[in-house]
Amino acid sequence: MTSAVSFKQVSRHFGSVRAVDAVDLEIAAGEFFAMLGPSGSGKTTCLRLIAGFEQPTAGSISIFGERAEGVPPYRRNVNTVFQDYALFPHLNVLDNVAYGLMVKGVGKTERLKAAEEALSLVRLPGYGTRRPGQLSGGQRQRVALARALVNQPKVLLLDEPLGALDLKLRENMQEELKSLQKVLGITFVFVTHDQGEALSMADRVAVFNDGKIMQVGTPEDIYQRPNTRFVADFVGSSNVLPPDFVQRYSGQHRWGSLRPESIRVSSATSGDGVAARLVGTNYLGATTRLALDADGLRLHAVVPAGTSLPAEGEAVMLTFNRDSLHLMDEPA
Amino acid sequence: MTIAAVQSNPTPAILPGSGGMRGALSDLFWRRPKFLLTLMLAPSLLWLGIVYIGSLFALLAQSFFSIDEFSGLINREFTLKTYGDLFQAANLDIILRTVTMAALVTLASAVIAFPIAYYAARYARGRWKALFYLGVMLPLWSSYLVKIYAWKLILAKEGILTWLLAKLNLLWLLDAWLSLPVVGGNSLSVSFTGTFIVFVYVWLPFMILPVQAALERVPGNLVEASSDLGASPGQTFRNVLFPLALPGIVAGSIFTFSLTLGDYIIPQIIGTSRLFIGQAVYSQQGTAGNIPLAAAFTVVPIVIMGFYLWGAKRMGAFDAL
Repeated sequence: MTSAVSFKQVSRHFGSVRAVDAVDLEIAAGEFFAMLGPSGSGKTTCLRLIAGFEQPTAGSISIFGERAEGVPPYRRNVNTVFQDYALFPHLNVLDNVAYGLMVKGVGKTERLKAAEEALSLVRLPGYGTRRPGQLSGGQRQRVALARALVNQPKVLLLDEPLGALDLKLRENMQEELKSLQKVLGITFVFVTHDQGEALSMADRVAVFNDGKIMQVGTPEDIYQRPNTRFVADFVGSSNVLPPDFVQRYSGQHRWGSLRPESIRVSSATSGDGVAARLVGTNYLGATTRLALDADGLRLHAVVPAGTSLPAEGEAVMLTFNRDSLHLMDEPA
Repeated sequence: MTIAAVQSNPTPAILPGSGGMRGALSDLFWRRPKFLLTLMLAPSLLWLGIVYIGSLFALLAQSFFSIDEFSGLINREFTLKTYGDLFQAANLDIILRTVTMAALVTLASAVIAFPIAYYAARYARGRWKALFYLGVMLPLWSSYLVKIYAWKLILAKEGILTWLLAKLNLLWLLDAWLSLPVVGGNSLSVSFTGTFIVFVYVWLPFMILPVQAALERVPGNLVEASSDLGASPGQTFRNVLFPLALPGIVAGSIFTFSLTLGDYIIPQIIGTSRLFIGQAVYSQQGTAGNIPLAAAFTVVPIVIMGFYLWGAKRMGAFDAL
């Protein structure tokens, strides 16, 4: 498999802040790759390093096998969809989309035709004469996407492009982006702090924290088999179990994680299981999220809506399948 | 706090008015915001409408009167005779000279101001930004006349500029420039080049500040987006920065252009004996006592600015506002 983007021990420091710290990363050609992490974790800086807006303090970056250090953004065949779209306010939609072709010297009729096609691709045909200011957030987002795609980039970078959209629109765009990526076969690198978005869209996910990559893997890997407490907690808010607790059930003195949906809650007061107290319920529509207190250990469980539940404050018994208890690599 | 404690909270749900004139006025202003707006705008609108525009029109009306050449008295009847006088070759010369100077001063100010404004808007932060404002505004704190006389000394034949060029063995360059027709002269302080330099110096802040304000509003990621889409720095400047800074440049050029059109002190102290519009107005209404012709001269910059703004609007200078 061809490598689209390759980071070898890449660091980017801003003064004493290590925004990106000795990161190794391989993104395969044609892959939908998500960079997931809380704000300030270095994911956006990594994206900007690929785009060329930032230069690495140390390490080497190659894009499709070519060294990229010192190459300015305008000489990289990589395009970005910016978080707040960055559409040119003084140009109409068609000229915005045709901008990349215009600066490359493509003739007017040809570039406007290509721009019109790109607008159809993002389902905004005929919007060319409008100004960016006249469009809704979702439409601007599509224009930004068309403006990047019209250049047929080798890698498309998306910096939290769905962050400003409302939930419904965001879900639609997630599906659209995914199918667009399949059709075009362009490598997508997607930055987000929304774990649901990363898991649902990406072929592979890298989880960032403190300028470092904690774990890279398929969404299933990341979700089912987090390697550290941070990943377990950040991706889908897993229950992080301390080594002493884990030792009782697995015999190993290691940190463990247990997905909230793997925990069964019964109102039995005796028998096999973990004795706990129900301290809160949170109705989420399809499911109900329970907050539990097992002898000082805070746990969460998710049960289907409609399950009969004991009252808050009552004793409950928790059971779970031994297989669903995942042992993490992180040392105890 | 328990629920019972909240319910026994003695504060009423609606507070009583603060009473008295002030309380009543506050409530009135809140209920009728337009009334407050009218009240706030009235003094300035009266000033602008009557004192300012009114006297301007009174002046313009004078340009349609004429002067009796024998008695020197003003004949208060409508006539276009004064405008006939205005379009004599000698006066047209003055107009052309002034407009050319204003255009060149504006162009030079824009070219010099842009990098300074760009630096201030994009890079200067904190202390450097304060230093920028101080540097741009400081010359405005000192007297206009003092600055001009200072420049007269700088540009004089015995001045520091000549001395510096002599030290650098570049005097031949100055002499070559001064031997040119129109822009040259005996020394810089008695040439149009000198007038030009001082005009640019004096009006430069009026160009820097609006351009800086315009650039300040250009989001930094537009420059990045342009670069990302393959535009070289030069292309980004032409296609993104310049069009978005244009409203600021036009605003600044209104200052530099109209201030140069109307100024009568700089060309009188530094430059040749040939007149500019401002000097013509000054001498017509003063020594010559020909108020109608002076008024007609003042119409010229107004008409030119009108055309200028109309042209700028047609070119789309205000589209990005």
